[in-house]
Amino acid sequence: MDAKELRKRLTEVFRDVFDDDSIVITADTTADDIEDWDSIEHITLIGAVEDEFGMKFKMGEVSGMNNVGEMMKIIAARGK
Amino acid sequence: MKELEYPFDSGYIMKKKKSLKRRLTEVVTPVLTKRIAVLGGSTTSDIVSVLELFLLNYGIKAEFYECEYAQYRQEALFPSEELLAFKPDIVFLHTGLRNLTFKPNPKMSEAEIAEGLESEISGYKQMWESLKSNFGCAVVQNNFELPSFRLLGNSDGSDKRGLVNYVTRLNLRLAEEINAASGVYLNDINYLSAVCGLDAWSDPQYWYLYKYSLNIRFIPDLCFEAAKVIKAICGRNKKVLALDLDNTLWGGIVGDDGAENLTIGQETAEAMAYYQWQEYVKSLKDIGVLLTVCSKNEEENALAGLEHPEGALRPSDFTVIKANWEPKSENLINTAKELDILPDAIVLADDNPAEREIVRGSGFAAPDMDNVGDYIRNIDRSGFFEVVSLSADDLKRTEMYAANMQRKQEQSKFADYDDYLRSLEMFAEIAPFKPMYVQRLAQLAGKSNQFNVTTRRYTVTEMEERMNSDEYITLYGKLVDKYGDNGVVSEVIGKVNGNKLDLELWLMSCRVLKRGMEYAMLDELVKTCRDKGIAEIYGYYYPTAKNKMVAELFGELGFEKQSSDDEGNTIWKMDVSAHTESKNTAINVNTEEQ
Repeated sequence: MDAKELRKRLTEVFRDVFDDDSIVITADTTADDIEDWDSIEHITLIGAVEDEFGMKFKMGEVSGMNNVGEMMKIIAARGK
Repeated sequence: MKELEYPFDSGYIMKKKKSLKRRLTEVVTPVLTKRIAVLGGSTTSDIVSVLELFLLNYGIKAEFYECEYAQYRQEALFPSEELLAFKPDIVFLHTGLRNLTFKPNPKMSEAEIAEGLESEISGYKQMWESLKSNFGCAVVQNNFELPSFRLLGNSDGSDKRGLVNYVTRLNLRLAEEINAASGVYLNDINYLSAVCGLDAWSDPQYWYLYKYSLNIRFIPDLCFEAAKVIKAICGRNKKVLALDLDNTLWGGIVGDDGAENLTIGQETAEAMAYYQWQEYVKSLKDIGVLLTVCSKNEEENALAGLEHPEGALRPSDFTVIKANWEPKSENLINTAKELDILPDAIVLADDNPAEREIVRGSGFAAPDMDNVGDYIRNIDRSGFFEVVSLSADDLKRTEMYAANMQRKQEQSKFADYDDYLRSLEMFAEIAPFKPMYVQRLAQLAGKSNQFNVTTRRYTVTEMEERMNSDEYITLYGKLVDKYGDNGVVSEVIGKVNGNKLDLELWLMSCRVLKRGMEYAMLDELVKTCRDKGIAEIYGYYYPTAKNKMVAELFGELGFEKQSSDDEGNTIWKMDVSAHTESKNTAINVNTEEQ
């Protein structure tokens, strides 16, 4: 899976979870950039990303990710 | 909405809950509004938003009150001003194993544990009483999921100090109190977590990270379960199960294949699946569901199929039978009119996806039915007919059954083997071959090797010749016991030669060995011989590698050995007049069952 495909699939997940087809993500995107991205939706987002990429985040990672770029790094390493 | 009907994709619902809500609001016009307070012992935010979807799909618009994190007990006992102002119609107490106030450990005495259990139970009773007296509301109460680890290993289930044992007893006690209280309803997460898989359900990461008591991917399953109970409380259950026939209630097409060739009964895997499904459908009558037929068929053929002797259902089980060539949606609308119910109270069970699609478009429920092995689960888990209260009569019936059960358990030490056989409550149907069974008789003769004296194989045509000829005496035996219908299990064929009968086949299925079925068959054979003026019966045993168990069968039946040759073939004879005493002690033959 190359970086482009990863970003495309991850964008779809974001759009599904936040029900907003205009969302565009970059490595620098954080929860502050997306209006509905609160701690509750973060849980849904994590679950949906895990489903999409057939992987599981470790507990430390779930709370430790600071932006989408960090999330993409983990997916690139372990996602399918 | 299909996405919210069983079997649903939980991951999809979690991910798309926002757009699902938007789409539901567009297509569903709610018929009632309910105020629901969710009082949780763990995080409940997504539980509220997913529960909202399922309820909306049932036509119930829910307004929610969600208590502060894990404040369920305080809120139930001493409602906050917000809750008091909210005045819930229904309170969902979302609690579970994480909320136990007492846990047993190996150092405790039995008395200490019993005390802990009772105080836990009384804690719940107090909450229900307070909620009911404050709001007059209904309460939906979770029970407890089993723990995901066991300190005592397997003994955790048997030792009273084990948590598995404790939770099991706690759940039973909780059930007792729920039954005794009015307006309190069980949400059985103990069952649900087993269905979902306890390890996945209890994955502790969701507790550590978010304080969810369950894996978030099962939130839709949890909410669906609670929504089924809530819609049942609100009177939104379905009332009628309308059934298609061909490939839904039996395998095959009755109009093309003929009733005698349908797949139903005990003989093949598929036949058994259809039979079990028919049994399940029949049992729905006991919870007050009305059964109807909705099939594209000639009525005459439909009835012939429903009268199939191997089926569990009878035509009289159906309140309305619509077997014609009109569109199914019209038939369902007419069924609703005749029964004086709303069309949306009907569920159609139909194996044909195109028919389901059409009736769904007209507002009827029509769950997926793609594999007969899944039919029961698809209907059952959908919860169309979720029971929240059985009538007083039904409850009395349950008590009666309980008493009977106890009586039987007390007698469960059998005096001897005959006593055991009698406890099986066996009924046999023994009669000359019938067209309905010819296929099966040929099949059974083709595959029986052990309890088979001649191991002779027959084509269906040969079986038919023997059935229709005066030169032959034929008997089949069917056996039903208290555990169910064993189907056709024995057959005997004899050729008439003057006043003698030469047996060319005597076989029995090994699943009914040692029941005395061979004696019952002999009794009927002798009776038939007497009627036909036959004086002597000759039996022949031809040994094979597999049929040693019947080498002495004729001797046990009371025949006398006439001759034997080098290969072990033996010939036996019985004088019909000599058979005066039946050795069958436990099988009721050719009587009306029960």
